[in-house]
Amino acid sequence: MDRIIKSRLSTFIIDNILYISLLLMVVIIAIISPSFVSLNVASDVLIQSAPRILLAMGMLVVIISGGMDMTIGRLAGLGAVVAGSLAQQATYYLKFWQSLPEMPIIVPLVASVIVGMVSGAITGFVISKLNVPPFLAGLGLQLVIYGADLLLMKKEPNSSQPLAGFKPSFTEFGTGSIFGVNYMVIVSIAVMIFVFILLNKTTLGKNIYATGGNREAAKVVGINVFRIDMFVYILSGILAAFAGCMLAARTGSAQATYAEGYEMDAIASCIIGGASFSGGIGNVPGTFLGVIIFSVINYGLTFVGLSSYWQFVVKGLIIIAAVALDMKKYQQK
Amino acid sequence: MDETKYVLEVRNVRKYFPGVKALDDVSLKIRPGTVHAVMGENGAGKSTLMKCIYGIYKPDVGEIYIDGEKKEIKNPRDAMDNGISMIHQELHPIRPQTVSENVFLGQIPYKKRVGIRFVDYKELNERTKKIFDDLNIQMNPKEKLTNMSTSYCQLIEIARAISFGAKIIIMDEPTSSLTETETEILFRIVNQLKERYVSIIYISHKIDEILRISDDVSIMRDGRLVGMWPASELTTDIIVSKMVGREMTERFPKKNHTPGTETFLKVENFSSTNKYSFQDVNFEVKKGEIFGIGGLVGSQRSELIEALFGLRPVESGKVFIGEKELTIAEPRDAISNGMALLTEDRRKTGIIGSMSITDNIMAVSQNVDKKKYTDYGFISNEKRNAAAKKYVDAFNIKTPTLKTKIESLSGGNQQKVLLGRWMLTEPDILILDEPTRGIDVGAKYEIYELMEDMAKRGKCVIMISSEMPELMGMSDRIMVMCEGHVSGFLKGSEATDEKIMYLASTYKKGNEDNG
Repeated sequence: MDRIIKSRLSTFIIDNILYISLLLMVVIIAIISPSFVSLNVASDVLIQSAPRILLAMGMLVVIISGGMDMTIGRLAGLGAVVAGSLAQQATYYLKFWQSLPEMPIIVPLVASVIVGMVSGAITGFVISKLNVPPFLAGLGLQLVIYGADLLLMKKEPNSSQPLAGFKPSFTEFGTGSIFGVNYMVIVSIAVMIFVFILLNKTTLGKNIYATGGNREAAKVVGINVFRIDMFVYILSGILAAFAGCMLAARTGSAQATYAEGYEMDAIASCIIGGASFSGGIGNVPGTFLGVIIFSVINYGLTFVGLSSYWQFVVKGLIIIAAVALDMKKYQQK
Repeated sequence: MDETKYVLEVRNVRKYFPGVKALDDVSLKIRPGTVHAVMGENGAGKSTLMKCIYGIYKPDVGEIYIDGEKKEIKNPRDAMDNGISMIHQELHPIRPQTVSENVFLGQIPYKKRVGIRFVDYKELNERTKKIFDDLNIQMNPKEKLTNMSTSYCQLIEIARAISFGAKIIIMDEPTSSLTETETEILFRIVNQLKERYVSIIYISHKIDEILRISDDVSIMRDGRLVGMWPASELTTDIIVSKMVGREMTERFPKKNHTPGTETFLKVENFSSTNKYSFQDVNFEVKKGEIFGIGGLVGSQRSELIEALFGLRPVESGKVFIGEKELTIAEPRDAISNGMALLTEDRRKTGIIGSMSITDNIMAVSQNVDKKKYTDYGFISNEKRNAAAKKYVDAFNIKTPTLKTKIESLSGGNQQKVLLGRWMLTEPDILILDEPTRGIDVGAKYEIYELMEDMAKRGKCVIMISSEMPELMGMSDRIMVMCEGHVSGFLKGSEATDEKIMYLASTYKKGNEDNG
């Protein structure tokens, strides 16, 4: 009898490890510093997470389709620069596009989406048509994107300065709120709902899962896997570049190094959220929790006065622990 | 030889998986130097039992004795140390390495110099050569496995077992992807192993083979041992009835369809872009006809129908349905013209393992009949499950729920799910590539019934099969292929093993007109 309870308990823990570890972290931080449990902190964590949620959701769809998008970190950096360059005030002394007038806020937003779309289409094409393995395609393309971004920043009169002098309406998008909810949080929630519906409620979503689950079988059943590839990488590209735009709006500045290495965090969030590298498996709520866990670590460590460098150590250990537990779960079956 | 002494004895083993009794009080006794066949339908527990013996699973209850001594086998390494080797159905050779490196994988001979272990290639190759010489097999130890056939990879596995000093070799469906000649070679090796007092546990669905080479036969059903008999006391009918637990009077359903006279599908001058694949193929299939395609491994039969289905590029050729010429560039085109293809390799190109039964059944129809299974553009789980349930019930698919992942079902049930997937599209032309490979007798019969039913309803059924009785028993007409060419046509009623084999191994121009 005891053994059964014990084994039930351990399956419960393994199945809900994400929630439990998140809860545990919050409790520990709260014990050290009780003011951590407040609406303000929760809202800060959500705001910090917002761009990362976009990146992780894009990555999730790609991973489910059996791929991986290593370009999204650098692409977010490019998105930030392109959007930032179009969001500057006319009076700013280092205005990037000297000849252009001040633009309505929609222009930088749309521009970042277009940048993401083009980049995603190229990534998808390289992977699907030229048959370059996703990791290597990303490795190459992210260098190209970073290089292009640096070359763009070098343009006179900017000459590689961080972009600044944004219109208030643009920074408002990053910092403002409606009914007490930050705009970026609203965007990230909308994206999650969109991806959730896409994956669970549409035929396209089922086709994405099928392509990742067994690509050859997907071809036999008449799924156009090229189109699936193009779709997922374009979606991921758009979300990444737009996340960059959000980062620029929040910080009031933009640089090519923005979002450096975020693709790794996005992958880690998906994986600890239950996605599988071999494709065909993954879900939105798990990935969301993955992002939140990383943000809580990030924010919480600073909150309790530990050096923020500890976050790397803790994050690394969590990724390994999560995957090891997951493997154990599959082994038991 | 002391008859009561067993090299391996499994006593009262039980193994439970969540919700399933996989093994229920199973015992197995293997005499030294014999071939012991273990038979049973898929899901009868053969694989689980073998995995318990080989240390992949730990039995919940029960003991394993080797040479009369109780042993606990915790992992495959333990099993090998105790003289048990297993040759899996699907081999995983290390292709870029040489024959001898594969044979001695994990125990490469070395010489120690200044404290470092260097590979002793001379010893390695000599020992490998000796093993193959003893078995009378021509094999160059230094050759890489890059392009080696399954048959040779299997021989390498056997050599590997010998190099470990195996007393017991488990062979799981060893002939499932071998040609007849290769099977003969394997049987010769098996007999040589017997002479050296090695015991073989032989798992196979092919009853003829079992009756030919085994000494003892253990039959399992639903996780239990039905019994053990000397092979000399058994016949095909007895084995089948013991496996299914009822008398099987007929292996094939009664023919109650008559092929029409009207040609439905017509393929003209069909040639692959690959010169070594199918060339200049012509055939017609009538409404209500079961059209068999025979040939040896390498006859390019699968390549032909995959090209017909839009999965492979075609150099030239025309396809007609009735009077209408089709353009098939991708599978979607074939599907929208009423074709369905059950592929040869269920795991590789059939099931989507990570998805549920419903999702697997819906994989085609959700795209073809999108409107039928969605509400306002969003998928309707209710409609999807209703459609899936219809086929789960109709095909008697054994599964706990519709949400169960397909990978956890047995081979026969997986195959039935895939058939459900295609039947849901209501095809006019059902193409089946080795539809009964590796599945149990009961499921086989159900697939034959489905073929009958399709033919009766005036649909075309095209079946590729390497099993002669099935090919002859089910087909109205048989097209035989040899090295990419059609070597002849036979009426099902007139076909014999010899005629098919003759055509399959000889291609002469001009034969195509027969039939």
